[in-house]
Amino acid sequence: MKNKQIIEIKNLTKDFPIGGDFFTALDGICLDIKKGEFTGLVGPSGSGKTTLLNIIGGLDSASDGIVKVLNKIINKTSHDDRALIRRKHMGFIFQSYNLLPVYSVYENVELPLIINKIEKDKRKKMVLDAIESVGLSDKINSRPNQLSGGQCQRTAIARAIVHNPSLVLADEPTANLDSENSHHIMKIMCHLNKNLNTSFIFATHDEKIMGYLRRIIYLEDGQISKDKNMAKPKYL
Amino acid sequence: MLFNIAIKNLLGAGIRTWLNVFVASVSIFMIIFSSGMYSGMREHAINVSIDTEIAGGAYWHPVYDPYDPTTFENSHDKTPEEFKKIIENNQALEILVSQASIYPGGRIMPVILKGVSLNQSILNIPTKSLMNYRGQNIPIMIGKGMAEYSKLKIGDTFTVRWRDSNSSYDAAEGEIIHIMDSGNFKIDMGHIWIPIDIAQNILSMKGESTYVVYKDGIDDINVNSGWIKRDVQYLIKDMEAIIKQDRPNAIMIYIILLSLAAMGIFNAQTLSIFRRKKEIGTLMALGMHKRKIVLLFTIEGALNAVFAIILTLILFGPILYYFSIYGIPLPIDYSDMGLIIAKKLIPIYTPLLLFITAFSVFIILLIVSYIPSRKISKMHPIDAIRGKTTE
Repeated sequence: MKNKQIIEIKNLTKDFPIGGDFFTALDGICLDIKKGEFTGLVGPSGSGKTTLLNIIGGLDSASDGIVKVLNKIINKTSHDDRALIRRKHMGFIFQSYNLLPVYSVYENVELPLIINKIEKDKRKKMVLDAIESVGLSDKINSRPNQLSGGQCQRTAIARAIVHNPSLVLADEPTANLDSENSHHIMKIMCHLNKNLNTSFIFATHDEKIMGYLRRIIYLEDGQISKDKNMAKPKYL
Repeated sequence: MLFNIAIKNLLGAGIRTWLNVFVASVSIFMIIFSSGMYSGMREHAINVSIDTEIAGGAYWHPVYDPYDPTTFENSHDKTPEEFKKIIENNQALEILVSQASIYPGGRIMPVILKGVSLNQSILNIPTKSLMNYRGQNIPIMIGKGMAEYSKLKIGDTFTVRWRDSNSSYDAAEGEIIHIMDSGNFKIDMGHIWIPIDIAQNILSMKGESTYVVYKDGIDDINVNSGWIKRDVQYLIKDMEAIIKQDRPNAIMIYIILLSLAAMGIFNAQTLSIFRRKKEIGTLMALGMHKRKIVLLFTIEGALNAVFAIILTLILFGPILYYFSIYGIPLPIDYSDMGLIIAKKLIPIYTPLLLFITAFSVFIILLIVSYIPSRKISKMHPIDAIRGKTTE
């Protein structure tokens, strides 16, 4: 189970139309990611890391190539099927948290379970467990505007893992956080990765995140320039 | 599931929700109030006519045509025996109509002279005010509009000239005893009202009348004399025709008000939904289907409408009720313009008006929630997640 491939990408190309021309954001990407990996897509701005993450998440589609996520060729499925895969098997963490401002911490974390039609009693336990795992039990009724940036991101992490997804995609999760909060967030995610066996893929250029990654895939001008397994991550 | 999320979204949004609801509620109030005023105006005209002129209906002399003064000369006869009983029981009154001329300040003015039973309570006109006159002149009551037009006031005297049943012209001095404020220009402008016994006397028409007005609720009388029954429906049919003619205007006003309300609601709702692009993007990322997102926002719109209707009942219901009881004083006396418009306008809210207005606002809110959310749900998920405003 541990070594089962959850992502297989072959010759992925992504072009964006610009004026009458095209800009190639990803060019012939080939990549496999196994279950339980703690992986980072690293590179400078414009290297294609967020685009790759979005394609894996089914939020964007490939121009060419094959993207197989959880045994489904995601770039050949319908919008509804992609939504279903995201709902059942994926969690998202965004740079700007994307919490619903009118919901409390509890309600934000509960939302994926409501969308997944989980029963109320079961839902409550799952939400409380997820909130506890990120250390926000004392903020359960607070709204995002009453939380610090770190607490918001921890809420977003709880929301991403509450339904026990196979894959969590995090786009620059520490970009809006200070150093202390960044380390705290990463430690929580390492812990969740270890305990839940959930795969994490980060798009980042934050050195602090890189210190926690077990695999770093370097992207440059839309191509993988280096794919490095970290035997001993700096902060682990 | 969507309903629960929608409720949570609406209640959680606090002031934003209540602002939208308030805008919709004000719109509902304005439409109901304006349309109610319009209905009240039309209803008032009919009510005033019934109150001061028609009562329960009338029996007319066969020749009588109120719109053709040349018929007045021949439209009188002994009041038929069949009516005597209801007249004695104060359930009907006789009115004798004739053409006449008055000469206020030396000017000549053609008028319709109407002799009326003074001790009556069937028509809401102050005929009793002529009962206590002990002078030598003909006691006359005129309407406020007539008084202003002819520049007559209480106590003024002038010559009244008429032609009696023998075709002889005669004249006498008349005196203004009372100026009535009936609000009905049809019994005011060009009319002088005198006691029926004096009218019968000067016109040499003893015991005669032109028509008999009866109280509401009187059973049909079998008339052998050829007098024609004119019920309320017949007597208000000209007003009904005017109202019917005016119906497209009323509908147009309603549509304009509704359109204005729709634009207000559309602005508020669209702004609100477009501000929530990021939220829509997040829901997409969490795996909610696009059509469910559209449905969610449409349900929110429907709930907004329900809240707006409830808020209208709570906030504006008492105001609407107050005006429907006590009315709204108008700054101008429209009766001077020949219109039957009350000095105090009482709006009338029919159940149909309330239902159609509430239903229309409900549909508008559904549409204005559906259209922008559908547009946003068609955006690229990544743009929506980032809350991009370029789509």
